[in-house]
Amino acid sequence: MNHHTPKISWQNYQKSIADDHFYFVRSCIRQTFFPGSEQTFLRILRQELGKDVFDDPRHTSCTGIAYHSDVVPLQTIMTVVARHFALMTEAGYRNFLVSCVTSFGIYNEILHMWEHHPEILAQTREHLWKATKREFQIPDNLVHTSDAIYKFREEIFERARYTLTHRNGETPLRIAEHVGCHYAKIFPDKGVGGAEFPRVLSGMVEAWGGEVVDYPERRHCCGFGFRHYVIRENRGYSVANTRKKLESLAPYKPDLIVANCPGCTMFMDKWQYTLGEMEGVTFGPDGRGIPVLTYEELAGLVLGYDPWDLGLQMHQVDAEPVLKKMGYRYSPEKKYLSSKGKYMGQPMVPDYCCL
Amino acid sequence: MPTDKQVPPGSRVAVIGAGVAGIMAASTLKQAGVEVDLYEKEERAGGHLNRWHHLFPGREEASLVREGYLQQLREHSLSLMLSAEVKAIVREPEGPAGGRFRVTTAAGDSRDYGAVLLATGFRLFDAALKEEYGYGIYPRVLTSPELEQRLSPGGAGLDTETGPPKRVAFVHCVGSRDAKVGNRYCSRVCCITGVKQAMAVRERYPGCEVINFYMDLRMFGSGYEELYQEAQEVHGVNFIRGRVSEAAKTLGGAIQVKAEDTLLGRPLKVTVDWLVLLVGMEPSLSAELLASLALESDQAGFVASRDKFLQPGQSSADGVFLAGACGGPASLPESVNQARAAALSVITYLNRKG
Repeated sequence: MNHHTPKISWQNYQKSIADDHFYFVRSCIRQTFFPGSEQTFLRILRQELGKDVFDDPRHTSCTGIAYHSDVVPLQTIMTVVARHFALMTEAGYRNFLVSCVTSFGIYNEILHMWEHHPEILAQTREHLWKATKREFQIPDNLVHTSDAIYKFREEIFERARYTLTHRNGETPLRIAEHVGCHYAKIFPDKGVGGAEFPRVLSGMVEAWGGEVVDYPERRHCCGFGFRHYVIRENRGYSVANTRKKLESLAPYKPDLIVANCPGCTMFMDKWQYTLGEMEGVTFGPDGRGIPVLTYEELAGLVLGYDPWDLGLQMHQVDAEPVLKKMGYRYSPEKKYLSSKGKYMGQPMVPDYCCL
Repeated sequence: MPTDKQVPPGSRVAVIGAGVAGIMAASTLKQAGVEVDLYEKEERAGGHLNRWHHLFPGREEASLVREGYLQQLREHSLSLMLSAEVKAIVREPEGPAGGRFRVTTAAGDSRDYGAVLLATGFRLFDAALKEEYGYGIYPRVLTSPELEQRLSPGGAGLDTETGPPKRVAFVHCVGSRDAKVGNRYCSRVCCITGVKQAMAVRERYPGCEVINFYMDLRMFGSGYEELYQEAQEVHGVNFIRGRVSEAAKTLGGAIQVKAEDTLLGRPLKVTVDWLVLLVGMEPSLSAELLASLALESDQAGFVASRDKFLQPGQSSADGVFLAGACGGPASLPESVNQARAAALSVITYLNRKG
């Protein structure tokens, strides 16, 4: 075995990602916690790349979190998913583009069940018809938004104003990536690179000049775990899992963490504050924590977008150190101004922070 | 190519594969007066035996055993063709030629035979397909044959930049009994290989903790159970019932292993200097050869016997015989026994054919 040429099996997991004409479904929680990400995604696909993306206000939550928490039954979520496919069908689209990893897992799981149990598909069609008088087609192509950014990573880089490097051209930023469990762990062939060594984020990081940090708990859950977080009595499990991840990656001194799942980004960002309050620990080198970015925010930085348009000021862990490392030209004084220039107020510096 | 053109092709036999089964079958045939050509695709005879340092369960030196087989080649002046990969075996139509087999090598040499004996052995499972173990990505993840090479005289050993290894783990059933990779069968020899190699690591590095992660241990052969007991009682090898879920590299280059101890019902995480994957056997006979001879294979893809009880060495095609691991996972002594039995079947077939 020649270990100088690593055998990366992700090359065997190539998924089909449509090139254009997407029906877009948003995430429930992403718009709250990282409100600039989906807007940035649309800006990149529509304005930078000229793609047709239909952002339909009629679609609802997929109810995935409630389903995984045993609140919503299977037949109900199937009917909700069927309605989303019906909306796609009515709008004249066949490529279904999902912003949330939980939803992405839900859609794939339900399509898998329908494929293997046509009688359940027939029953769902009946339920949808009785409830809404709608009919639907199965999408030709179902992809996650990170798949789309991965597919167009080279096109994005062609338009880059910054690379993921120190002072825009020196040493690469060290970036720890975390891929949501429901992206490929349920169906490895549905994710770029499979479940063990997913390529979807590392491919972006490398294409844009960064260095991917491999750390022992790379595949471990972020700590969300649905009922681990949703049920208060279990919430300690959630925090403990996030701590396990952060303790595993902190010795590698990453400049930032990038994640492709709304829940993962949220928990790895916000639980750093929680752990600071609970235990007085921080994981960054200077007591400020490790910034956690979405892949659209990372793409937006590469494209030179205003970091406050990206929503970086809404992060729990301050992302400004990343901007400074990159040599980014931005206006720090506008950090807490709204789009209309009105001061929004700003968070207090936590007690545990050493700065 | 051999120069002996005097022997009628109807009574000459092609043995494909010069591993232990092929050598034993060929020498048995030769001793019975049957002319044989032995084809080997590699540059030297011996097959997988060339990969091993010690053999289970007696822990004999593999090189000495190999030499014994090569001695048979020399003693019986067997016609051995090295670097001669067989690309096609075509049965001539019934008629004056009497259903002869035309064997053609990759180099284009062809020769006719009255019977063919397949001793093509097995292919090692590609451990990189079990991505969760990180083989091919993390340098401290090895396969069992690679460990054997490292522990051989002149091998690299297991010392790391920080000195002798402190902890080594073995993973059993890599590519065997695993529906995810399409191999539901047991490869039969990995359990005892893991026991033998664990002992070898402990002997060479007495301060090294050795852990074997297993599903269950199948100590079916003579002397196997005793070796398993010895590994625990004399050498202090730990056996943990549970499969490894993932391996990842630590900052220092060691391997962090996650597994479940199913007897204690608890997950565990342990960092090891080396992770050894006990890789199983897979069919090696090419689909082209299987198809050209119209051979039936079993569910796993190994060559099927016509009747596993009454004609175990006879394939589904007349005049085509099999021995060793091309018919399914087999240990070295089993392969040798099968080879002798298959040779007897060939002789019976040729005599009946006249």
